[in-house]
Amino acid sequence: MSILIFIDQSEGQIKKSSFEAASYGAQLAKNLGTTAEGIIMGTVEDDLSSLGKYGLTKIHSVKNEALNNFDDEVFTHIIAEAVKKTDAKVVIFSNNFNGKAVAPRLSVKLKAGLVAGAIALPETSDGFVVKKNVFSGKAFANVSVKTDIKIISLNANAFKAIEGDGVAEVEELQVEIPQARVEVKSVDKVVGEIPLAEAEIVVSGGRGLKGPENWGLVTDLAEVLGAATACSRPVSDSDWRPHHEHVGQTGLAIAPNLYIAIGISGAIQHLAGVNRSKVIVVINKDPEAPFFKAADYGILGDAFEVVPKITEAIKNLK
Amino acid sequence: MKILVCISKTPDTTAKIAFTDNNTKFAETGVQFILNPYDEWYALVRAIEMKEADPSTVLHLINVGGTESDPIIRKALALGGDEAIRVNIDSQDSFYIASQIAEVAKQNNYDLIFTGKETIDYNGSSIGGMVAELLDMPYISLATKFTLEGNSATIIREIEGGEETDVAKLPIVVSCQKGMAEQRIPNMRGIMGARTKPLKVVEPVEADSFTEIQSFELPPAKAGVKMISADNPEELVRLLHEEAKVI
Repeated sequence: MSILIFIDQSEGQIKKSSFEAASYGAQLAKNLGTTAEGIIMGTVEDDLSSLGKYGLTKIHSVKNEALNNFDDEVFTHIIAEAVKKTDAKVVIFSNNFNGKAVAPRLSVKLKAGLVAGAIALPETSDGFVVKKNVFSGKAFANVSVKTDIKIISLNANAFKAIEGDGVAEVEELQVEIPQARVEVKSVDKVVGEIPLAEAEIVVSGGRGLKGPENWGLVTDLAEVLGAATACSRPVSDSDWRPHHEHVGQTGLAIAPNLYIAIGISGAIQHLAGVNRSKVIVVINKDPEAPFFKAADYGILGDAFEVVPKITEAIKNLK
Repeated sequence: MKILVCISKTPDTTAKIAFTDNNTKFAETGVQFILNPYDEWYALVRAIEMKEADPSTVLHLINVGGTESDPIIRKALALGGDEAIRVNIDSQDSFYIASQIAEVAKQNNYDLIFTGKETIDYNGSSIGGMVAELLDMPYISLATKFTLEGNSATIIREIEGGEETDVAKLPIVVSCQKGMAEQRIPNMRGIMGARTKPLKVVEPVEADSFTEIQSFELPPAKAGVKMISADNPEELVRLLHEEAKVI
């Protein structure tokens, strides 16, 4: 048996969440006394043997340009073949956009129970029980998986990537590549931005910033921190910022190590998207802002005065 | 053109989350239940818009749940749709639920199946992909835009840091999120009309459950906010660096 980890890549670069998934899978393999192996598709610039650093012993690579575009059906077919070949009993995905598309399909194809949104290693002393987020971050559920093969999608930033010094063996996986039924016409990516879903630090702005012309406050602070930028729903609804930056119940749910909210009151729908952040800082001039109750650190004051000073202090720190 | 929209009942976004029976059951007492926002605002409204553009469209709704689901099904019918099907069983297992939806879908040959991107209670984001695999259909997840020309759909889906434009031939399954449509409020005519629209109740078919929730937990309470003077924001930086160790 083995543990198989889906290594997700975009434009030839392995995603950070896949290093987390690899480390998670390697730790699980250690607990179960087996090995962790990776499956990767498409043409990747990175040296695949370096995935050994995260504890993977072998990488099954399907190096084919046709696989540079993600397709959930094609990827499901190939991963299922890799599961057969490696006799994998657990398959690990990142619970990201691609993971959400392919893991449910694979679950049906392999008759393998899926836990989507896992935040901890499975408890394997009695059965196979995985803790996951439920109720939009307001609670956890311990889910027992009853099938022979199990699938876990791991939430971003829930498990830290651990770097050691292993080297993985890389092997080309011989597999028939089916024709995709969905045609990818175009891919539009904002270049040079830190992907919000994976970011360890996020600086976010709300209506308190009064208008898009003041966003330098947010982006300057984000820049010195190496952080991604985000915003509240009213801000994206007013088109002050692009929709993909909206975090909250109807936007993206994130779980960074540090979330800094500037001029956001903290409505319950906003909290549902950010309450899994490890440390929350709230800067607001309204003492009644509900966000202070959910924060770890708070500053009651005018963001236009406070934030530039914070940015400056961080510059000095580095 | 036949469309199926999958709808779920979820606790209101502001509901207090608590558990009973030794933390094995969600405490429903005093909780207001709603139509899952992603199913309602994006999947259902987009389907209604398509029916408005082409009135010959047949629009069905499906819910897997007990009689407690009827109020949210009636609300969905008040927004639009021709009839609803309720598969009379409560389940928390995605594969079991997807199997029930796929069974109904097989009998009705839908061209298009819409789901919300996830439910706000179990956050599985799995039903669409599972139904697609069970029906051997293409699946486009996390769609923000959907347009149809004849038999060919153009869909924009969100990806990390951007978006992707896809083209697929019907029949397909699409999971819908923000951008697909704008929230609507049912009008009086819709509410009156919904009372007489058919709500068929069917019994579940035999299917496996792959998973089972053993227990729930609430996150540990926050220690409380540490306030820092606005005159000394440098102190915040020191605390984040030395105490929280996040920068």
